[in-house]
Amino acid sequence: MNRLLSVNGLRVSVGEAEILRGLDLEVNAGEVHAIMGPNGSGKSTLAHVLAGRDGYDVTAGSVTYRGEDLLELAPEERAWRGLFLGFQYPVEIPGVNNVALLKAALNARKKYQGEPEVDSIEFLKRVREKAGLMEMDDSFLQRAVNEGFSGGEKKRNEIFQMALLEPELAILDETDSGLDIDALKIVANGVNRMRNDQRAFILVTHYQRLLDYIQPDFVHVLARGQVVKTGDKGLALDLEAQGYDWVLDKAANQ
Amino acid sequence: MSQPDQLQHPQGEQSNKDMRALVEREYKHGFFTEIESDTVPPGLNEDVIRMISEKKGEPDFLLQWRLKAYRYWQTLKTPDWAKLNLTPIDYQSISYYSAPKRRTDGPKSLDEVDPKLLETYEKLGIPLHERAALAGVAVDAVFDSVSVTTTFKDKLADAGVIFSSFSEAAREHPELVEQYLGTVVPYRDNFFAALNSAVFTDGSFVYIPKGVRCPMELSTYFRINEAKTGQFERTLIVADEGSHVSYLEGCTAPMRDENQLHAAVVELVALRDAQIKYSTVQNWYPGDEEGRGGIYNFVTKRGDCREDNAKISWTQVEAGSAITWKYPSCVLRGANTVGEFYSVAVTNNLQQADTGTKMIHIGPNSRSTIVSKGISAGRAQQSYRGLVKMMPSAAQARNYTQCDSLLMGNQCGAHTFPYMEIKNASAIVEHEATTSKIGDDQLFYCRQRGLSEEDAVNMIVNGFCKEVFRELPMEFAVEAQNLLNVSLEGAVG
Repeated sequence: MNRLLSVNGLRVSVGEAEILRGLDLEVNAGEVHAIMGPNGSGKSTLAHVLAGRDGYDVTAGSVTYRGEDLLELAPEERAWRGLFLGFQYPVEIPGVNNVALLKAALNARKKYQGEPEVDSIEFLKRVREKAGLMEMDDSFLQRAVNEGFSGGEKKRNEIFQMALLEPELAILDETDSGLDIDALKIVANGVNRMRNDQRAFILVTHYQRLLDYIQPDFVHVLARGQVVKTGDKGLALDLEAQGYDWVLDKAANQ
Repeated sequence: MSQPDQLQHPQGEQSNKDMRALVEREYKHGFFTEIESDTVPPGLNEDVIRMISEKKGEPDFLLQWRLKAYRYWQTLKTPDWAKLNLTPIDYQSISYYSAPKRRTDGPKSLDEVDPKLLETYEKLGIPLHERAALAGVAVDAVFDSVSVTTTFKDKLADAGVIFSSFSEAAREHPELVEQYLGTVVPYRDNFFAALNSAVFTDGSFVYIPKGVRCPMELSTYFRINEAKTGQFERTLIVADEGSHVSYLEGCTAPMRDENQLHAAVVELVALRDAQIKYSTVQNWYPGDEEGRGGIYNFVTKRGDCREDNAKISWTQVEAGSAITWKYPSCVLRGANTVGEFYSVAVTNNLQQADTGTKMIHIGPNSRSTIVSKGISAGRAQQSYRGLVKMMPSAAQARNYTQCDSLLMGNQCGAHTFPYMEIKNASAIVEHEATTSKIGDDQLFYCRQRGLSEEDAVNMIVNGFCKEVFRELPMEFAVEAQNLLNVSLEGAVG
């Protein structure tokens, strides 16, 4: 079994508030994990801490990614090692060309891997191919990063970037929120096409809806900063039908 | 790195600390050239002015003009309306003339120029040997108070273009100088213009004859070298009917603890159907991180679209100087005239800049565009100050102004002072302004994709400035971008 990520007893605070309170998670290559939970349970915090965002104070626990201490690495160093975060709110960067950013990103990773940089022609070929899969037209690519994009376009752009960068571990933070059903299908297809035995996904989501299109291997319920229940696809359906309360009550009684 | 060692809010202090580290920078042109120079003792009086005029072998009208300007200047007080904090300047402690010593009266060719001077310009990336020079760019190199040499003069002369130092023009083409000098910026214009008119030493003179498209980019490189001197350059560009010219100036100075004064005047005259494109990459020494030293840059730049269909375009990248006080402006006198102002100003540490433009619409259907991008970091303060004036005669005139400020960290300031005077009801004036912080969100987004923090900042800042950079002549767009990268280079947190 190829272990990609081990999170052990992770405790994280923001300011005075403790958000993650001893979280455990094991992710192997080839798996899709869904992390569900009510608002404020710490789902986005987990995604941000894994990607290396500033401002989170890790007070206990460890995170190992492909044998390395992930928490010691800068955000870009994590990216070079194949960790990708699909943002819940992708930011606009005026004047910075979408494709130029991606080319710089891809070549930074190539450089880390000791591979030659991708030349412009080869790069553009890949861009066209991946953009086609996401049903994005060329004008979309020539625009500045996320500038003037609709909510759905921004999310499609995230998956497009993921497809181009080909990460080993993709964390998608509420990628389904704000999407209409057509956009949701496009996004889900983008993810499904990339599934293979070398790559793992962590889908952070509030709703079961996304899981109709992307079949997870595991569903974890996060509450009060811990994984309180782990199951298969069926768990997501139960949550959809019954809400979170029964899981939380059960966890509280244990 | 990812594990903050103290409790903090996600948008909090850690990132501000990173920002501060990011904007620390090194000034790469701060060296001093050891060269024997002929520097007059500090002090300003009519004898000093007579001496400057004599050293330059000027015609009498010029001396008389200088003296009138000096007498007028003595009646003036330093203007204090700009949002600048500066120690008063003691005008008697400045030396008003400094020139590298020469063996002969003036170098006839590059072979007679002191090799140390050539080396200085080489080091600044401005080779003066024509074979090594940037193809397609003629350079006038001004060192303290004098022009060292002007390249490609013969080639330009073939096209009828006059490109020389101002001093030489005053001797060789006094009629042109007399006809146009002070017609755009009269010596009574303002305090610094009056001072400059009295004591100006060198600068460039350009005349493009009727119908000629200048075959090369023209460029002047200003270098302050000697301590306790002021540089007072005067540039005059005249584009006769139907002619075109693109001109660029660059500026650097050694690092010193005391401030040095640079008070320049630039006058542009565009006659019927003529076009002048004037670009500046200003990188005077900005002072250190504690605000010690640096150049006080008080500049009056104005272009006159004197006849119909003339066009003047200012593009500036202002990265240096402790204090910048500068408003390149256009007087749109003729019908259908066009004025443009594209500006990127970067201030950090304790730099201050009060800069902008004035667009004076007199001619009917005159049009102007103002795009100003301000980047403030460290504890710097920056102001955009602009005037759009529509005179009663300016029927159907239009202006579009866009003013964007980017803040890095939370100790700097950006201020906008737009003035509008509309005296013609058919004129249309638009103004847009934004202020944003270089987002932690934007930085994190780029870094998550794999860019280093420094690359991410450069990419974001260059994106912000894109609309201005694309107005620069191609050779200099790259230089400007690199300059910005250097300006924001530093230890990454």
